[in-house]
Amino acid sequence: MLYREAGDFKTSYVKDSQTFPIKADRMAYFALLAVAFGVVPFLINDYWANAVFVPFLIYAIAAIGLNILTGYCGQVSLGTGGFMAVGAYAVYKLMTTFPDVPILIHVLLAGGVTAIVGVLFGLPSLRIKGFYLAVATLAAQFFLVWLFNKVPWFYNYSASGQITAPERTMFGIAVTGASTPAWAKYLFCLVILVALAWLARNLTRGMIGRKWMAIRDMDIAAEIIGVNPLTTKLSAFAVSSFFIGVSGALFFAVYLGAAEVGEAFGINKSFLILFMVIIGGLGSMFGSFAGAAFLVLLPVLLKNVLVGGLGWPTDLAAHIELMIVGGLIIVFLILEPHGLAQLWRVAKEKLRLWPFPH
Amino acid sequence: MTTDEGYMTADGRKIGGVLMEMKNITLRFGGVKAITDISFDIREGEIRAIIGPNGAGKSSMLNVISGFYVPQEGEVWFRGKKRAPMKPYEVARQGIARTFQNIALFEGMSVLDNIMTGRLTLMQAGLASQALWWGAAQREETAHREKVEKIIDFLEIQHIRKTPVGRLPYGLKKRVELARALAAEPKLLLLDEPMAGMNVEEKEDMCRFILDVNDEFGTTIALIEHDMGVVMDLSDRVVVMDYGKKIGDGPPEEVRANPEVIRAYLGVEHA
Repeated sequence: MLYREAGDFKTSYVKDSQTFPIKADRMAYFALLAVAFGVVPFLINDYWANAVFVPFLIYAIAAIGLNILTGYCGQVSLGTGGFMAVGAYAVYKLMTTFPDVPILIHVLLAGGVTAIVGVLFGLPSLRIKGFYLAVATLAAQFFLVWLFNKVPWFYNYSASGQITAPERTMFGIAVTGASTPAWAKYLFCLVILVALAWLARNLTRGMIGRKWMAIRDMDIAAEIIGVNPLTTKLSAFAVSSFFIGVSGALFFAVYLGAAEVGEAFGINKSFLILFMVIIGGLGSMFGSFAGAAFLVLLPVLLKNVLVGGLGWPTDLAAHIELMIVGGLIIVFLILEPHGLAQLWRVAKEKLRLWPFPH
Repeated sequence: MTTDEGYMTADGRKIGGVLMEMKNITLRFGGVKAITDISFDIREGEIRAIIGPNGAGKSSMLNVISGFYVPQEGEVWFRGKKRAPMKPYEVARQGIARTFQNIALFEGMSVLDNIMTGRLTLMQAGLASQALWWGAAQREETAHREKVEKIIDFLEIQHIRKTPVGRLPYGLKKRVELARALAAEPKLLLLDEPMAGMNVEEKEDMCRFILDVNDEFGTTIALIEHDMGVVMDLSDRVVVMDYGKKIGDGPPEEVRANPEVIRAYLGVEHA
């Protein structure tokens, strides 16, 4: 079957504005969902879950969150790590204070707490833009990490200063804690990612998404046609922080199990997620997934090739791996500044006309 | 010839009562007076032009009307009420839309999305309902899409509906910007040099659209333009500004004969 929109006539505006206007895309999407829900959970083991799938799913949530703020609304943020920490500590406090409430509710509440914190730190965006806003969010990053280190109430006065996720269940199956099966971790994160990605897609194609993009493309013109910059920017901070908070909560509770704030949610995390968004493609849902996949999979792949395939010592491979990833990022940005999403778009454009390009 | 009930134009259109009135507007930037004590009115259904040489203060005047600048002295009356100083987005909600001299479209968005943003003051669905894209939000989106498609048809830009604005040529961008302003269904439409930088055919198209908009939707239009031929043909009444002062006001033929205006445009005759 050819990749065509010809013959697939749209007879209503609803059909015309759907997410995947081309039939082959829609089918590929449903096939992917079917595999993700119906096949992967039965095959997954601890290695695949911990090295590839779970970090990918969690980083994808964070990347969508940052993409809403930076890619759609044009507000640069270097505070992602700090906001993930807010999500992680919020879910920790909730889990330990209300042990009987289902973990899913805690995770969503943690996102809500992060949204409030995000709005607070988003207030400066009303007066400052660009690099200056980036520096202001950097302050949020350092302040939040310092706060969670300094105030023992946040880590329940534990001697090590770490937070450790106790076992919590959904429908009687452990989702957090040491005895969690790999498929449960995977499915829990997958369900949340799919739901949040769907919400994000709806927001970005609706009027609120247009308001965000209007602020991004030309804030003065946006204001003249009736966009309230205050509520629009703060709504972007709130939604973005909600996503990032949920991803932070999952990162701590499901993926790591135990975390020390400076190590797990330091400035490196902020940059990692910013790179995902830039490499994937600013202002693109597909880009958020592609960027997260690229930066999660590439190190795993390189490690397997260098250590497993070529038999290099692990310490050398670890260093070379960093250099290769860094080099590839630079090459990518020079060749395609609009990221993987643009490559994908160009490829689809070519494919639509193939094999008769004229 | 103007009364409180309006007047008849040369081509037989009925012009209504006063829609907007500027009373003794003075605008200063530090020590520079951009506008000095200007008063004029804009009536319902008319095409009102503001002309003048470079630096006369025309764009500043438009910015005062659209709420972007707040004058130090004077009052702005809109639809029979004195307008308190307000933010530009609040002015938009009152039903004033505008285009810009240097196109101010959202380059990263498609033509359709750009025009849809024009309707944002008319849409009400909340954040949660938009996130779910079900029921009210989707119905609202579809209803507004229909209105937008009418404007797209009207301005003959169907073929570029889904094209990102950044890829369009200048003339089409101007047309998309007009479409975005029209999508808001404004009571008063402000056009800042709608023909600037266009060739003759594009200008003719634009004139046709401006007249059609006025004719079909009954939209009141205030425009700034340098092309005298266009101004004299299109407008019902003309305000002439020079060095921030009003030097003429009236129908085109009257303004054209005004010695002050001739002096401002052509210079003084030295004996």
